[in-house]
Amino acid sequence: MKYASEFRDGALARKVCAAIAAECQDGCAYTFMEFCGGHTHTIARYGLEQMLPEAIRLVHGPGCPVCVLPVGRIDSALELARDHGVILCTYGDMVRVPGSHRDSLLKAKAAGADVRMVWSTLDALKIARETPDRQVVFFGIGFETTTPPSAMALKMAKAENLNNFSVFCNHVMTPPAMRAVLDGEGLPLQGIIAPGHVSTVIGTGPYQEFADRGQAIVVSGFEPLDLLQSVHRLVRQVNEAAPRVENAYGRALPDDGNAKARAVIAETMTVREGFEWRGLGRLPDSALRIADAYADFDAERRFALPYRAVPDPKSCECADIVRGLKRPEECKLFGTACTPDAPIGSCMVSGEGACAAHWLYGRHRRTAAAE
Amino acid sequence: MSGMEKPRNRRLFPHALDVANGRVDMTHGAGGRAMAQLVSEMFAAAFENEYLAQGNDMAVMAPPPGRLVMSTDGYVISPLFFPGGDIGSLAVHGTINDVAMSGAKPLYMSAGFIIEEGFPLADLKRIIEFMAGASRATGVPIVTGDTKVVERGKGDGVFIVTTGVGVLPEGLHISGDNIRPGDAILVSGSIGDHGIAILSKRENLEFETTLESDSAPLHDLVAHMVAAVPEVHCLRDPTRGGVAATLNELANQSDVGMALDEDALPIKPAVRGACELLGIDPLGVANEGKLLAFCPAGRAERLLEVMRSHPLGAESAIIGHVEEGQGRNLVRLRTSFGGDRVVEWLNGEQLPRIC
Repeated sequence: MKYASEFRDGALARKVCAAIAAECQDGCAYTFMEFCGGHTHTIARYGLEQMLPEAIRLVHGPGCPVCVLPVGRIDSALELARDHGVILCTYGDMVRVPGSHRDSLLKAKAAGADVRMVWSTLDALKIARETPDRQVVFFGIGFETTTPPSAMALKMAKAENLNNFSVFCNHVMTPPAMRAVLDGEGLPLQGIIAPGHVSTVIGTGPYQEFADRGQAIVVSGFEPLDLLQSVHRLVRQVNEAAPRVENAYGRALPDDGNAKARAVIAETMTVREGFEWRGLGRLPDSALRIADAYADFDAERRFALPYRAVPDPKSCECADIVRGLKRPEECKLFGTACTPDAPIGSCMVSGEGACAAHWLYGRHRRTAAAE
Repeated sequence: MSGMEKPRNRRLFPHALDVANGRVDMTHGAGGRAMAQLVSEMFAAAFENEYLAQGNDMAVMAPPPGRLVMSTDGYVISPLFFPGGDIGSLAVHGTINDVAMSGAKPLYMSAGFIIEEGFPLADLKRIIEFMAGASRATGVPIVTGDTKVVERGKGDGVFIVTTGVGVLPEGLHISGDNIRPGDAILVSGSIGDHGIAILSKRENLEFETTLESDSAPLHDLVAHMVAAVPEVHCLRDPTRGGVAATLNELANQSDVGMALDEDALPIKPAVRGACELLGIDPLGVANEGKLLAFCPAGRAERLLEVMRSHPLGAESAIIGHVEEGQGRNLVRLRTSFGGDRVVEWLNGEQLPRIC
């Protein structure tokens, strides 16, 4: 497969790992956070942590949209589907995420709510056109990568006067979350593997502030060799004591990102005063809401949705896991009360969540290590 | 279609069924003349055999010598017609395969239809004809059946339930709890074709592909396999949940672990590409014309040879081996990349990644 298999060459990967090992210096710490859940998934799937020298410590970051969405927001979606009788259109990952009382959109659907899994906001618009007598709400979640499609849907709905369509906007932004991680009490980091797909929208510029704070930054693609090469570059930056922003995803990522996508977002959405993140708490200016000019298509306003903060389930360590304070297997619930079949914490739900990735791909490694 | 051209019984059914434009209505399930006409002119005519000709609500036959095998399955696929198949032929193949996975020779089938009011008679006729064709091609007659009609909105076009009966040759012990550490794991061909062909036609997800479903009856392949290698420990067709779910199920049933080799898995480039795009694992995608076989390692090459010499097993491969379970029954995959990962069964449908 062109542009995929070349980046999954195991023999080459072992060479890169050997080169990294040769350059790691004694007494030097190389703790890097891979911000993005897609990266976490690749690292777990290909067993990259086991291949890298021990000096390298990878910390899983909060870049999994499902994982950072607080329970209160799931409850609002449930309320929309159940109490307001709307057709709630959602990306597949969201349907099993537990809200309060282990409720979920999948359970609400079984109980009669009209929840539909879509692959694109265009599908949600189509449903709205075809069912003019029903309210159709798109459950918008995700970082900058999934924001432009929601923004385009708003523009199209307005242009078509599609008045039965609205967006429940939960889009969040990467740089504020990175800032929160660095400001927090987490492990001291030497560098960040920055998210490739997010950067195709925002470009590499927004990471400069983190390089200025001494972090090595490499924007990475999502194949195993992409990640190993990014780690290699981070190690070099640390050794040179010259933190900077590097783009290692040149085949997909122009340094200045996608200005058109940013323009659509700027037209239809505006920065929220504050937004609660699971694990990171309430962060100022960290998320987007729908702009006043598009207020008619804002589900929160149309249905006067209140936001009620809900504490995370007891004993669930998702909050510490998305900050890199704990590893999944350090949570008491991991693999016992909390599995992908019956998730308690959000990190176990999404395939990009650190817990699900460890459960899915890493279990036997621990068994092997114990033998 | 042999029986379809027979002249209508004009005394009993004075008006012809309007197959071209007509639709199934509630009278077709009400037990009256309309139902009798539908059964007679569409089902009985297409499935024509000596047992149906008895005209009873049951078929009467002499039991063959040996152990009987019986299996039943419901078919609710959407869309009803898909590249490489349709619900009718699938309902024949699927149940024949379930019977055949014991090593048995399938003999008879029953078919129950639950049809939604308003379903076009033309579509029903196509389904019945495909089904009759599959039944004749496999030599397994549909000997009894049932038709019900449900109100519009209470079904989705047509659901079919088929039951198959077969007879087991002497000397075979093929069962899901019979897998032993050291067994070789074989698959009869490429993985994931059916699921991807169906996904490509799903509403909201249509993508261009030349892929076709692998829907096929496997009883003849099985007959060749067990004749040559009667030591086969287990056979199973990896349908819903794909190879991943089937292997996990069997690992638990036999209390063993399994190790697969990614490089050995036969996966078509089109399936690989579609899975990559959709963010799903080909191992979790459904098949309808493939089987997994387990046999002692020493017999694996011979079994492979026999499978490859059959048209439905030409791309067979040895994909892994069975290990001690150690109470954990994990299915592991040695990846092309050089790593090692767990092959998990899925919870629900494979969900797409969202970023």
